[in-house]
Amino acid sequence: MVEPLAQKGEACASALLAEVRAGSYYDSVVLMQLQRALTDLPGVRDAGVVMGTPANKELLTQSALVTADALRAAPEDLILVVQAESEQAGRAALAKVDDLLSARRTQQSDAYRPKTLSSATRMFPEADWTLISVPGAYAAAVARDALNLGQNVFLYSDNVPVEDEVSLKESAAGKGLLVMGPDCGTARVEGAGLGFANRVRQGRIGIVAASGTGLQAVMVGIHRLGEGISQAFGTGGRDLTADVEARTARQALTLLKDDANTEVIVIVSKPPSSSVAKQLLSAAKACDKPVVVNFIGYSGEPNVADHAAGISFARTLDGTAELAVQRLAASDSDHPTGKPEDSFQPTAAPAQRVSPVRPGSCLRALYAGGTLACEALFLLQGFLPSIRSNGPLPGGLQLENAHRSQGHTVVDLGGDAFTVGRLHPMLDNELRIRRLLQEAEDPETGLILLDVVLGDGAHPDPASELGPAIEEAIHTAARHGRSMPVVAVVIGTNADPQGLGRQVERLKEAGAAVFTRHDEAVYAVGRALGEMGEDRPLPSSEPDSNVPSERDCAAKASDFAAINVGLESFTDSLRAQGAEVVQVDWRPPAGGDKRLAGLLARLR
Amino acid sequence: MTVNIDNANAIAVERMIEARPVLTGLGKALDTVPDMHEDLLLHAGPPIAWEDASGPLRGALIGALIFEGRAEEEAEAAQLIASGEVRLSPCHHHSAVGPMAGVISPSMAVYEVENKTHGNRAFSNLNEGYGKVLRYGAYSDEVQERLRWMHDVMAPVLGAAIEACSGLDIRALLAEALHMGDEGHNRNKAGSVLFTKLLAPHIAMAAPDPATAAAVIDALGENALSVLNPVMAACKAMADAGHGVEGSTVVTTMARNGTEFGIRVSGMGERWFTSPCPQPVGLYFPGFSAEDGNPDIGDSTITETAGLGAFAMAAAPAIVTFVSGTPQDALNATLEMYEITAAEHTVFTIPQLDFRGTPVGIDLRAVVETGITPRVNTGIAHKEAGVGQIGAGLVRPPAALFAEALIAFAEQYGFQE
Repeated sequence: MVEPLAQKGEACASALLAEVRAGSYYDSVVLMQLQRALTDLPGVRDAGVVMGTPANKELLTQSALVTADALRAAPEDLILVVQAESEQAGRAALAKVDDLLSARRTQQSDAYRPKTLSSATRMFPEADWTLISVPGAYAAAVARDALNLGQNVFLYSDNVPVEDEVSLKESAAGKGLLVMGPDCGTARVEGAGLGFANRVRQGRIGIVAASGTGLQAVMVGIHRLGEGISQAFGTGGRDLTADVEARTARQALTLLKDDANTEVIVIVSKPPSSSVAKQLLSAAKACDKPVVVNFIGYSGEPNVADHAAGISFARTLDGTAELAVQRLAASDSDHPTGKPEDSFQPTAAPAQRVSPVRPGSCLRALYAGGTLACEALFLLQGFLPSIRSNGPLPGGLQLENAHRSQGHTVVDLGGDAFTVGRLHPMLDNELRIRRLLQEAEDPETGLILLDVVLGDGAHPDPASELGPAIEEAIHTAARHGRSMPVVAVVIGTNADPQGLGRQVERLKEAGAAVFTRHDEAVYAVGRALGEMGEDRPLPSSEPDSNVPSERDCAAKASDFAAINVGLESFTDSLRAQGAEVVQVDWRPPAGGDKRLAGLLARLR
Repeated sequence: MTVNIDNANAIAVERMIEARPVLTGLGKALDTVPDMHEDLLLHAGPPIAWEDASGPLRGALIGALIFEGRAEEEAEAAQLIASGEVRLSPCHHHSAVGPMAGVISPSMAVYEVENKTHGNRAFSNLNEGYGKVLRYGAYSDEVQERLRWMHDVMAPVLGAAIEACSGLDIRALLAEALHMGDEGHNRNKAGSVLFTKLLAPHIAMAAPDPATAAAVIDALGENALSVLNPVMAACKAMADAGHGVEGSTVVTTMARNGTEFGIRVSGMGERWFTSPCPQPVGLYFPGFSAEDGNPDIGDSTITETAGLGAFAMAAAPAIVTFVSGTPQDALNATLEMYEITAAEHTVFTIPQLDFRGTPVGIDLRAVVETGITPRVNTGIAHKEAGVGQIGAGLVRPPAALFAEALIAFAEQYGFQE
């Protein structure tokens, strides 16, 4: 049961109960899961479970979930607030908190969990990678510790100041180590997927990517075409800005150049500044290997000199995968094909229909993947005159209110406006389901486009929740006498824990037109809307029959040894891939006391 | 400003590890303990005034004055202290340590331990065993009788036996006891048996008659804590060896007086940092509960300070029931203490951890950074004088204590903003 947003806080007779637990730190995912579990309890209207930082207290105040006790909480205190139909129901819910927390804990072994990175490296000296997903304010210090302990860093945390990013990357380069991120969502190293990652084949294509879902889409595309990935390095979204000067990307290119298993190199990024692009392309030329570049939304003409140096440009993420695989085939054959193909070539596959769209109605694209949303905006430019977004392309139209669509709308539900204090929509479908039903009520809505990203780290079975919501949305529109086709694009492989085939089937049952190539889905949507409801068959991307076995994908993940500081789900997914991981039971230094933490830094 | 804390800590902890405490004799406190005098009573923990003393400490102070013949009963003894005629001073100010109330009076016998590496000495009193005992604040006739037997009959024989040994290496004894399931604080079963074994032949030779020899050997062998006091003196000798290193943040004293928990830091001289003492969490003997418990008391935390006790919990799975449960918990207790210590001991090792050295040298900085406070295994005293031990368990000093000390350290060495 999903409660519409508007009913929130309209409680007539209700009780607001709070509990503050001094000095208990939990990571944000645990807290958000607890918060959801509390709202699912009988008689509970809403719940807030946060650490008592000023920002979190503000958040509670905005949601009318605040009490005097909660406001007095310190940053290291856990605040639990429940708004219930009765005091009794609220009390009963709060009494369940320990059970809900320990239910989680019983699944863990009672082996010792180190509290600090240095003690983790002593316990597990084999580890040479550290994954960091602690809150941004602490992330740089943890990353610095990791580098000093000789660890390569996968830095998932965001909100890390750019000066810290530069100094971390400089220090890493000096030590011959790599820092992926900050804000790096996905990577594949030594056969193991880090963060949000799909299970793909080990292979000969190496990737450097400054975007999360973009990298996922390219890896999945390469896998679908029967090839695999040697290494995929994330750089973090800011790496290719003038401030950071592509430090990680250039280091990663050197690693791929020297990697004997990498034969073709792919670079994926939003358009970098021209000086950085120049630096990056010259580094790419120096690799002496075929390079495929996709600067998403890059519309300039490829430079002839770049072609000569073995660099080719792709227009879409799936086109990038295709081009990389072609380059690999070309270098395999004794007679290279010469100039590579730049253009997107549809694969021959059964037709996929998008039902007619009512004239004058609008697109509502509800994305979980930021890069996918960005690519959609770029590809739809040719079809739709004006599209609004909460993260528009340069020169594009900004949504006035991210929570309310206007005309043709592409919204990134993973954007900051949506994720403060909430799980990312790749993990939690609730926000998207609410928005989907909201759009179904809107007479302007003509077509809904959704992305469903699978893989480790993502929701364990998104179609099981999105499917019924799609059915409900279609019925809602039908009840108002409107047709409202729903198009879903699923990014994943059959080796992913969610199973590509199962997800596609469930979404089709719900009445969605389902694609597995993002560009095809967007083109289909563009045609359906751009040509005002012309019902035409489109090439579709049925799950490829060339699906590798699980064994094929597991590859050599068991060689990967890492330390994880932060989100426990990263440890779980690495272990599921056969890698060895030590989870650090991290807490903010000095319990979050800034003065003491500053003092400690000087006493180092 | 130019102190290198890491180097200073390395020196402090190396001195603690290299110290080799040897039991050299048994003397009279008045004759052997530095700055001891007729009108002075030593007690556990940081300095305290009579008005602030808890039940068990008051009881022990009263009992000691009765033992000394200075008072006949409670009110008279209390008057002597309240009037200032008899003064109080922490054992720690006199190179001494005492378990629980830790009261040492001028005519009491004290073990003398010498650190053969650095030459410093440390002292502790005799252990009375279980039941109604002075260290838990009991001072009845029964307690007095026991104390008199210990001093009149046992002490001369024990002193002669120790001298005949020509030095009993307590560090070696502890290293062996750790491999026999002791952690050196709450569990000293193996150590006490080793202690008795080493002394028994000499006691047999020194005793005036076989019955006395048997009684002394029996008193030592039956008391699973008989070696605790020499062990504490040995730990004091080791901790003191690491004290006074310029720029070091290593904690060299942790002690409780039943009202406050106090610590001292190697690089910060004789300054105490104190904070109200928490109550231990643990198991209570039948008929008692947490409501009866006194806040934590005793100098026995010197064992944790020197890398034993709760820090060596992994070696003593037999007593995990006091702290909650499984042998894995015992391993985890020790593993957690590695997070806040500067080194691993080279002499004290733990078979269960693949002979890894015990965590030693609590670093103030690490405690503040991680929020992990030192674990302490402890006995629980009844809050009223004279009732005695009512349980055993775990206690941790308040985190604020370490933050306060760290801030003061930064001020002293000019590390502020």
